[in-house]
Amino acid sequence: MGNSPAVIETHGLSKRFRGGQLAVNGLDLTVPRGSVFGFLGPNGSGKTTTIRMLMGLIEPTSGTARLLGSPMPKAARAVLPRVGALIEGPALYGFLSGRDNLLRYDAADPTADPRTRAARVTAALDRVGLAAAAGKKARAYSLGMKQRLGLASALLQHRELLVLDEPTNGLDPQGMREIRSLIRELAEDGTTVFLSSHLLDEIEQVCSHAAVMNQGRLVVQGGVAELAANARGRLVVTTPDTGAAARLLKERGIADVTVAGEDRVTSELPPDDVELADLNAELVRAGVRVRGFAAERASLEDAFVALTGEGFDVAG
Amino acid sequence: MSRAEVVEAPRRGPEAGPERRPSVLWSLGLFRSELITVLRRWRTLALLAVLAAVPILIGIAVRVDTGGRRGGGGGEGGPAFLAQITNNGLFLVFAALAATLPVFLPMAVGVVAGDAVAGEANSGTLRYLLVAPAGRTRLLLAKYASVLAFCLIATLVVAASALAVGALLFPLGEVTTISGTQISFADGLLRAVAIAGVVAVSLSGMAALGLFISTLTNSGIAAMATTVGLLITVQILGQIPQLHAIGPYLFPHYWLSFADVLREPVYWDQLVKNFELQALYVAVFGSAAWARFTAKDITA
Repeated sequence: MGNSPAVIETHGLSKRFRGGQLAVNGLDLTVPRGSVFGFLGPNGSGKTTTIRMLMGLIEPTSGTARLLGSPMPKAARAVLPRVGALIEGPALYGFLSGRDNLLRYDAADPTADPRTRAARVTAALDRVGLAAAAGKKARAYSLGMKQRLGLASALLQHRELLVLDEPTNGLDPQGMREIRSLIRELAEDGTTVFLSSHLLDEIEQVCSHAAVMNQGRLVVQGGVAELAANARGRLVVTTPDTGAAARLLKERGIADVTVAGEDRVTSELPPDDVELADLNAELVRAGVRVRGFAAERASLEDAFVALTGEGFDVAG
Repeated sequence: MSRAEVVEAPRRGPEAGPERRPSVLWSLGLFRSELITVLRRWRTLALLAVLAAVPILIGIAVRVDTGGRRGGGGGEGGPAFLAQITNNGLFLVFAALAATLPVFLPMAVGVVAGDAVAGEANSGTLRYLLVAPAGRTRLLLAKYASVLAFCLIATLVVAASALAVGALLFPLGEVTTISGTQISFADGLLRAVAIAGVVAVSLSGMAALGLFISTLTNSGIAAMATTVGLLITVQILGQIPQLHAIGPYLFPHYWLSFADVLREPVYWDQLVKNFELQALYVAVFGSAAWARFTAKDITA
């Protein structure tokens, strides 16, 4: 059981709230052990409801969820000590210091040894870079510091799985980088990281696998590389002579040529037998002043748009 | 059985960290953490300060009113024990408890109990306690235990403040019981401690009621207001003569029976009825709180 390849496995997981609204609809999710798994979706797509069901906070209307091989929420007591979580942002006791907040959360874990508590709290504070502010009342913390303290509470013990809901929310670019490198570090130690986010490039930078939710349904899941491969890259020509460039590309039989802005022409990539350098030379020979000529790699965002046929920021 | 409480033996892969064998004693840590968290709230300290101020006000009022005359028995028919204070400062303990038990003490308990679950839900800390995982039944028990501890602390604050003020402003000495007999000061002090215990137990039903209300909402303020509002309503209902039929089932009905500890010998009839009634409230609202809390979707 402990060696099960999937750390999170759901079958037909659904949640209907009292208002009759179906927040999660027949979710079949598999998170492989050792992966950094990106859980994507616009706000309101059911990500947080799914995470709450996985953590035993809300009961599914139907379907099953297994965490580290054990059924949730039934086995919560045995499983959750091995899972660190950040759910919908940090929640702190404003009148307690950062350190006392962690001491309180650690006291709530029945498997946490009180003899090592102080040392583990100090280590967790160090790890997220909060050692200097540990004695400050949490209500005086900035959003970024609160986020770090929330992360620290997820790192109080050795964890097999970290469930992080929007962990870089409220952080400045430097903080985001630090959290990303922390996540990579944890993943190298063998911790599986389940990361929800609405920031596609964040997922692309750290995740090995990803799943996309939309309106309560799972749109797709798999390796990040495979997902991105599903969307083809595009050719981008930067030139002031957009008309001439577009005409020439069309003549060469290249599909979906569009003039994007004053000095950009984009199109699908030509078939594999066409050498891109030749195409560029041809443009130059025809008197097109080429400033830039590039085959842009498909991003996860392109993959997402290709899969759902809509923009990412649509609220469900 | 609560879904959160089914304990499965943890099965670990070889890559799992060092085995953590939870000790039963470790669970006391949660209760301690609860109590410390409650006592470190500014609001709790303010409530305790108000409770400590009541005996000071009574003591000064009695002192000023009698001008320091010994044996000034003018207060016949006034609040219980008030007349005896000038003879014996120890009676300020009984008078202060009699004065705070109907409203001040249960109001403080209602605030702490009402906030216990709802306040944590409101601030979102509840979800982190539950994924720690505190366990729903274990957390509820720790919360109830800490509210009971607060009942005792609040009662002791009133009693200690009253004893200090009584000793400072009035003479101490042998105690005349309600039955008219004399007992030594040491015996009287012992009875004062017993009365504080009885008063604290009297609040246990109210504490269970507050905890139940606290599981119904995600707003700490709403839970506190409802609990205190209910207390006031019940106190008013208990005063309406036409409703005397339901009187014995209202939780404050036997509260003032603690005076019977001052009889010689102690008159147990009403005291036992009080304990039974409190036990009934604890059983009913404790179960209701448990049923509600263990089945609740935590969406806050």
